Amino acid sequence: MDATYTALAHFAQTGGLLYFMAIFAGVIVYACWPGNGERFDDASHIPLREDD
Amino acid sequence: MGERKVRYLSLEEGGFSLLLLSIAIFCLVIAGKTWDPVLAFHTALIALASLAGIFFIFRRYFDGNNTPAPLEINGKPNYNMAPVKFAAWASVFWGIAGFTVGVIIASQLAFPALNFDLPWINFGRLRPLHTSAVIFAFGGNVLLGTSLYVVQRTCQARLPGAIAPWFVVLGYNLFIVVAGTGYLLGVTQGKEYAEPEWYADWLLTIVWVGYLLTFLGCIWRRKEPHIYVANWFYLAFIVTIAVLHLFNNASVPVSIYSTKSYIVWAGVQDAMVQWWYGHNAVGFFLTAGFLAIMYYFIPKRAERPVYSYRLSIVHFWALIFLYMWAGPHHLHYTSLPQWASTLGMTFSIILWMPSWGGMINGLMTLSGAWDKLRTDPVLRMMVVSVAFYGMATFEGPLMSIRAVNGLSHYTDWTIGHVHAGALGWVGYISFGALYCLVPWLYHKKSLYSLRLVNWHFWISTLGIVFYICAMWVSGIMQGLMWRAYDSLGFLEYSFIETVDAMYPFYVIRAFGGLLFLAGALIMLYNLLMTVRVGESVGSEAAGQPAMAPAE
Repeated sequence: MDATYTALAHFAQTGGLLYFMAIFAGVIVYACWPGNGERFDDASHIPLREDD
Repeated sequence: MGERKVRYLSLEEGGFSLLLLSIAIFCLVIAGKTWDPVLAFHTALIALASLAGIFFIFRRYFDGNNTPAPLEINGKPNYNMAPVKFAAWASVFWGIAGFTVGVIIASQLAFPALNFDLPWINFGRLRPLHTSAVIFAFGGNVLLGTSLYVVQRTCQARLPGAIAPWFVVLGYNLFIVVAGTGYLLGVTQGKEYAEPEWYADWLLTIVWVGYLLTFLGCIWRRKEPHIYVANWFYLAFIVTIAVLHLFNNASVPVSIYSTKSYIVWAGVQDAMVQWWYGHNAVGFFLTAGFLAIMYYFIPKRAERPVYSYRLSIVHFWALIFLYMWAGPHHLHYTSLPQWASTLGMTFSIILWMPSWGGMINGLMTLSGAWDKLRTDPVLRMMVVSVAFYGMATFEGPLMSIRAVNGLSHYTDWTIGHVHAGALGWVGYISFGALYCLVPWLYHKKSLYSLRLVNWHFWISTLGIVFYICAMWVSGIMQGLMWRAYDSLGFLEYSFIETVDAMYPFYVIRAFGGLLFLAGALIMLYNLLMTVRVGESVGSEAAGQPAMAPAE
């Protein structure tokens, strides 16, 4: 039991950290990728271009 | 074209009839066999509501009104706004009810005689009624209404189903009634923001699954390829609340015929799950959901796109990654291991960044159009709401620091902090959304009176300032009095002396709450008059009646 806990805790503190950091780095890269600029600009206008 | 009436029961109608029938039978059995009068009352109420639901499904069917509504009319999406209207009015009603109960309990704290020695209206029972009424009934209906509105408009698609949206909206409000009357009758799990007992929790679970599927169904059939950021926030709110609700209410009833249940988690684990739930109720119900409102209604009202869409993406992911871990800061100096509460505190401090990133994104949307704040009190209300968000999310991490928490915890400072967020942020962004939504839903050119919005704004703002300043002073004083020692090392003050010292602040707080309630009543009048006498958009155009065929 103790060994399982230690192993899991160790994994959470190392692997978990790296996993979350990697995902978050991915988000930053996606958000800042120059090629996406036009898409995001277009998306930001979604609420404004609805027809009534 | 073909006037053939649809004479078969659709899968949706049949499915919901069966679901409601099984709920009704299950509840009737419990109502008949239970020894607990409150459970008998609640199960009978749920059974009655389910049978009424079946009645309406079949009345619609026999009247031949069950032809599926067209998804588009003249190439434009045929939105289903009737459930949105219901949720909007429900939120106004519950808001005023919840604020009123708040004023009552604030007055009870100042003048205990107002408890009248009656069990049903004593502070202990009315306090969860107040918190649930404002968070889940008022806030919940605002979120239901705006989310079903925003997802349709930004996806350019009609909500799926004819019964499902009504099941969600009405079922949710039934849950509110069951939970609220339960508190008055003394039924509670005794867990902050999770007071409803097991059977109410089951009801909410069923409704919430319907909500998730309805929301996802609308995204699924979207015409707009990109899913707008507001929908991401709504989706995070719906999914996370489902997970939190299930884990924190993993309770086993002592009998199916009893209101009483016990949670499966033991001791400090239960406390940790409760505050993991409790803090994320703040993070995902009162923050993510209302940020979705910010990301749709502020750009819409200001007629400018959000300041930075890139920032909104980073804001979203950073916020949901970090909030999940902040719960343990509610358990400093308890039997929770110190590393866990340090972890919670650390994440709370890191949360400063996404919170303020979001605030800047909301505020800077007005850059170049700041003059609108002078002329449009609705926009001003929403912008001040974002400013309160910034203030509350600055104060929160500060209070999560162990040393500060040692002074602030269990004092009125916490109450002041919560109300800066609740009245300022959640309240104002909701009022702003309602002021936008009601004219849009009823095709009115504008609100009945912007002057009245101005009055609402200033009266409520004064109320909030009274409220939070009184609670800051009272809370810090209370904390300092508790820890004051005399020269011999004895406690300087008895507990009752601290209570006595807080009396004037309790009176000021009740007065502030009264002002806030007065503002909400002005809003009610303004919204009612908007619908009754407001000038319709394009009253000469013939296209109008086709817009809302659903009922």
